[in-house]
Amino acid sequence: MTLLGNFALWAALLFGIWGAALAFSNRWQDRPEVARSVTRSVYAVFAACAVASIALWKGIIAHDFNIEYVWAYTSRNLPSGYLFSAFWAGQKGSLLFWAVVLSLFAALAQAMTPRRYAPLMPYVAGVTSAVTVFFIAVMLFSGANPFERLPFTPADGRGLNPQLQNPGMMIHPPMLYLGYISITIPFAFAMAALLSRKLDTGWIHAMRRWMLVSWLFLGIGITLGMWWAYVELGWGGYWAWDPVENASLLPWLTMTAFLHSVMIQEKRGMLKRWNLSLVVGTFLLSIFGTFITRSGVIASVHSFTQSNVGYYFLAFLFLIAVGSYTLLYTRWPLLEADVELESMVSREAAFLFNNLLFVGIAFSVLWGTLFPILSEAVRGTKITVGPPFFNKVNVPLGLLLLALTGIGPLIAWRKASMQNLRRQFMLPVATGLVVAAVLAALGVRELAPLMTWGLAGFVGGTITQEFWRGTRARIRMYGESVPMALGRLVGRNRRRYGGYIVHLAMLVYFVAFAGMAFKVQREATLKPGESIELRSPFGYTYTFTHVGISQFKQLNRYVSAATVEVARDGKPDGRIISEKRQHFTINELGTEEASFEPSTEVGIRSGLREDVYIVFAGAVNGTEEAVYRFNINPLVWWVWAGGFILVFGGLITMWPGGGTLVTSRRSAEAGYWVELAAARAGTE
Amino acid sequence: MKPSTKFLIGAVLIVGSVGFLIAQGVKETGVYFLTPTELAAKTTSDPTFYDVGLKLGAKVVPGSIKRIAAVQQVDFVVSDGAQQYPVTYRGIVPDTFTDANDIEVIVEGRLGRDGVFHATEVFAKCGSRYEAELDKAAKA
Repeated sequence: MTLLGNFALWAALLFGIWGAALAFSNRWQDRPEVARSVTRSVYAVFAACAVASIALWKGIIAHDFNIEYVWAYTSRNLPSGYLFSAFWAGQKGSLLFWAVVLSLFAALAQAMTPRRYAPLMPYVAGVTSAVTVFFIAVMLFSGANPFERLPFTPADGRGLNPQLQNPGMMIHPPMLYLGYISITIPFAFAMAALLSRKLDTGWIHAMRRWMLVSWLFLGIGITLGMWWAYVELGWGGYWAWDPVENASLLPWLTMTAFLHSVMIQEKRGMLKRWNLSLVVGTFLLSIFGTFITRSGVIASVHSFTQSNVGYYFLAFLFLIAVGSYTLLYTRWPLLEADVELESMVSREAAFLFNNLLFVGIAFSVLWGTLFPILSEAVRGTKITVGPPFFNKVNVPLGLLLLALTGIGPLIAWRKASMQNLRRQFMLPVATGLVVAAVLAALGVRELAPLMTWGLAGFVGGTITQEFWRGTRARIRMYGESVPMALGRLVGRNRRRYGGYIVHLAMLVYFVAFAGMAFKVQREATLKPGESIELRSPFGYTYTFTHVGISQFKQLNRYVSAATVEVARDGKPDGRIISEKRQHFTINELGTEEASFEPSTEVGIRSGLREDVYIVFAGAVNGTEEAVYRFNINPLVWWVWAGGFILVFGGLITMWPGGGTLVTSRRSAEAGYWVELAAARAGTE
Repeated sequence: MKPSTKFLIGAVLIVGSVGFLIAQGVKETGVYFLTPTELAAKTTSDPTFYDVGLKLGAKVVPGSIKRIAAVQQVDFVVSDGAQQYPVTYRGIVPDTFTDANDIEVIVEGRLGRDGVFHATEVFAKCGSRYEAELDKAAKA
């Protein structure tokens, strides 16, 4: 299998180099057979990468521990679902995963892009092949080859890190990777547009959906990461501003900025340079994220294997940055804006400020993440900033952004009149004020959460008003029933109303984030029968009684399970179990051998208002006395709900067919009739 | 005033406040990240450098971990080979904090005048162990 795998990697490398060289040589201009060869090389790279992946998977499933990667990340007693995800559990496997998915996306981009963009495609192929070649080269030449063999065959593997033995871990990394990887396609289209000097909105239409795909995968990946951190790491929260988390947030922020500013380019022909810079910047940030996670230059809870692979990424990052911004600079004069900004009170201006905020937030996150390195380089001492820094900077910026989420959709394009403003803002502003007033009356005194929830009310008012007015218009015009009108409204304007649903998701996220300002926490050491009380932010009094610890063997682990009896306001409210697990593998002698450190399984009971979150931190000297941490975390459920709304809204915006295509076909037809009429007029 | 000028003013305001928030945030929340040797040098050159919030990155001295479970207290000694400090922490340590050899920790807190580092936060990772084992296996 390793022979086949190695052979496939080399084949992919050569096909990739061939395709990229041919594409950048420009020999395909006016020679369709050469252009076809470029396209076919993309398919060939994918086929080779797929063969390599199958080879690795076969090795994993066959428990071929002579393959170092299989030995390092799996074991005979690993549940079979995790055998599947062991593919991307380590660095070498994730490089191969990256290469195969990128080559698949590259092939899909070639196959699915409509024929009218054909002049862009060989360049797109060239860029995607070059990036794929980089990943394969890293595998082959930097000692990160997943098919490396050991000089002997161990009886069993080391097993998978228990923190990765979680259902969320089967989908969280691939989702993030899919997001990171698919950014390459929009980047390739941007480069193709620059190289071919076809800088109208064509390249944007050709790649817009890819950008959405990438944005959605990254959004899902980030949310799943929060979920994994919450249920698996056991520190009580879901976002710690860890460098690796930040690295995934950065490209998502710039992509979100792009998805907004691109509308200005499509509608008004402005911001062409800015949009190209955003696409390039987003791609750079995705490579930067890989560099951060793989190089270990910044201390993080994600202890990935550290190796020199990171420095290959740094060099690659530098090369792309210089190359793409130079190219952008040489095409600068071709990217003049068609019109100027007409008024500060317009949709365009709202989008511009929104973009500045997104990029500003991204910049502050990047700055905080890199600060230890920067301060050491400049002042000689390492200074770090943590969650207090990120919260201090991003809470005000985030609130401004939330306000713009409500303002943007209400302002007209070009120039809004006073009348338009009054008509649009009355209801949403009133909603926001009422929400804030009610919460203040209920006793919420903290400023930031109060403002967040008030603004959420305002944004909610905006979204509801937009849906209501659109639906009412359809009812009046076509006499449709309410559900029919609502369905058609969304179906015919997927981008707009899907976007509003995404706004709703953001609103839900913000409401949930603000809730964490009120979390309560208490640690206690309890003998069986002892209990402690904790008062929740919603005013309930919880009593936690330690019942006892039981020990048993389950699958590939020994479990110590601590049981807590919960009572809310004196009434029994069920039991919650938290576990300490010690995983084991079987050694040569057939005996069990502990692998990895013990890991904690948090006991969580999730509710619409608050989560009860119990961590069993260990028993005292083998007795049944237990050390616990009890958390009451408000509104966490809504983060996951926000994730589902995000996916729903995102899918609507990118669903094939629908609004944009229909209108473009209609305008094309209209153009045809005008030409026909002109031709007739000419002959008469 | 032209709209683009107005926009420019708005943009400068936003960029300015982002810059201000970052500078302010670093000033108010930034903490030193030191090794025990660097910390010792600091306290020698600047005797007021006690009870200042900082992060200390070092390795746990094997066998030095003492747990007092009744009050969730953990005492241990960290060292970078040249200099060592006793650390005391109240709270629950992460799973990666074990008695194994070579665990790297980052402790956040203050160095008291008593010479004990009072930690408010303990992060641990067993960075080198895994790699070393891989190397051993590859060479065998």
